[in-house]
Amino acid sequence: MSSRPVRSTSGGSGFSALPGARGIRLIERHARFYRRMWLVVASGAVEPLFYLLSVGVGIGGLIGTVTGPGGHPVPYRAFVAPGLLAVSALNGALNDSTFNVYGRLKFEKLYESVLATPLGAQDVALSEIGWAVLRGLLYSVPFLIVMAAMGLIASPWALLALPAAALVSFATAAAGVALTTYMKSWQDFEYVMLVSVPLFLFSGTFYPLSVYPNVVGVIVEWTPLYQGVVILRDLVLGAPSWDLLWRAAYLAAIGVAGLAVAGRRIAKLLLV
Amino acid sequence: MAATSVRVAAPGARPKLPGPLELSIRAFRCWLVMYRRTWRASIWSSILGPLFYLGAMGYGLGSLVDKHGTASLGGVPYVVFVAPAVLAAHSMNSGLSNAMFPVFGGIHWNKIYIAARATMLRPVDIYRGHLLFATMRIAMNAACFVVFLGAFGLIKSWWGVFLLPASVLLGVAFAAPIAAWAVTLRTQTPMNYVIRFGSLPLMLFSGTFFPLSQLPAWIRPLAYATPLWHGVALCRALCLGNVTLGAAAIHVGYLVALTAVGLWAGSRTYYRRLYV
Repeated sequence: MSSRPVRSTSGGSGFSALPGARGIRLIERHARFYRRMWLVVASGAVEPLFYLLSVGVGIGGLIGTVTGPGGHPVPYRAFVAPGLLAVSALNGALNDSTFNVYGRLKFEKLYESVLATPLGAQDVALSEIGWAVLRGLLYSVPFLIVMAAMGLIASPWALLALPAAALVSFATAAAGVALTTYMKSWQDFEYVMLVSVPLFLFSGTFYPLSVYPNVVGVIVEWTPLYQGVVILRDLVLGAPSWDLLWRAAYLAAIGVAGLAVAGRRIAKLLLV
Repeated sequence: MAATSVRVAAPGARPKLPGPLELSIRAFRCWLVMYRRTWRASIWSSILGPLFYLGAMGYGLGSLVDKHGTASLGGVPYVVFVAPAVLAAHSMNSGLSNAMFPVFGGIHWNKIYIAARATMLRPVDIYRGHLLFATMRIAMNAACFVVFLGAFGLIKSWWGVFLLPASVLLGVAFAAPIAAWAVTLRTQTPMNYVIRFGSLPLMLFSGTFFPLSQLPAWIRPLAYATPLWHGVALCRALCLGNVTLGAAAIHVGYLVALTAVGLWAGSRTYYRRLYV
């Protein structure tokens, strides 16, 4: 026992000395844990695909073409697909960073054990967010492949859709973990649904903002999912502009703020 | 001391059991007590959820559909086409959410079923009482939404007075068999699969958001065979007023049959799971 290394000297290599890098161990723990139920995790990827077939192809047949980015008419299914890609990135990250983090925090008491190791609260926050981003990618990568197979990708800019989807997942996961640390009971998760369902339905996922009255449009423009939808839609349909950098910076700012709050809150809740 | 008081209540003979209806209502009342204390938790998802869908799909997406022409919808605006289908899908979801996780929880989480088993309630009473409560919740959710539909002027016919019983029947047709199944489960994972591979595709492909004529011909018979399609077709006919008695009888008959099968199966599965 006396030979146990103290926290500051635990990192042998230069890699481990990076802030938060030790958190990779917690990600590894989740990967091992979920290996037994990989089918449950992976099957979540079909939900946005069902929506793509139903809304994109089914309702799309009733709509024909809509005005896409840059004012060009695009088939409705090509318009809605990048929106659903953003949703898949959001959902994958949101489910893990809220429900699962709450379970680990309150019931499994996982972080109490983790904090007894060289990992600190900031490592926990970073790795939980990192894991949720991986879950988001688990949903958005297959979706992107299906989009390509259905001929819904119009431009090589779509290569950037993957990092952009990861950015959506990052902003979602960081906000999700930060807010989850304030949750008092499972009933509070009703609020998560109360936010995520309207986000999904109203963030320009299914139709352009021009459908709304001006006031509503301005509000919707501030939602993080809307920014993600626009970034992905412009990239996939091949109409990128410098605007996208601002939108990406907005998402990154939400992510960084969430990360900072999450680390501090976990420390406050568990390191007395 | 307790033994003597029991003796006094029933000297010599066995106490007479109340009738099956009375027993079911006793099981039902237990859920009612719980609901009275926790109703706030579900109020948002049971009322706002379908309104969100109606707003986004019916009005938002509908504005794009209507611009393109609504001949394939029978000439009505898209929101009128989709509103009764959202009601039907909402009833299905109410039925499933009240008959799946709470039933599983009755054995594994809060163990209400295990407690009820220690009383004079028989397994079938526990089942019927819970189903009665699910029916009440389905009816409450459906009634709210029907009122909204009426207020938005989306009910176009006096047949609309039958919307509530029709959607409750649809919800119970899902709840009865699903509860019969959920009570047999050892883990919760299969229920997640039912939502992901059952209710979600049903909601998306049963003629809810687009007419089945949009689907490839070979897959249409499958959609016609689903209970949700019958519920959607029934609600839509009632809403638009183009009811044909033959078609309505088939829809109602299908849903009643499904409920009856559920009731029969439930009395057996509950007995096997709960009888000691």
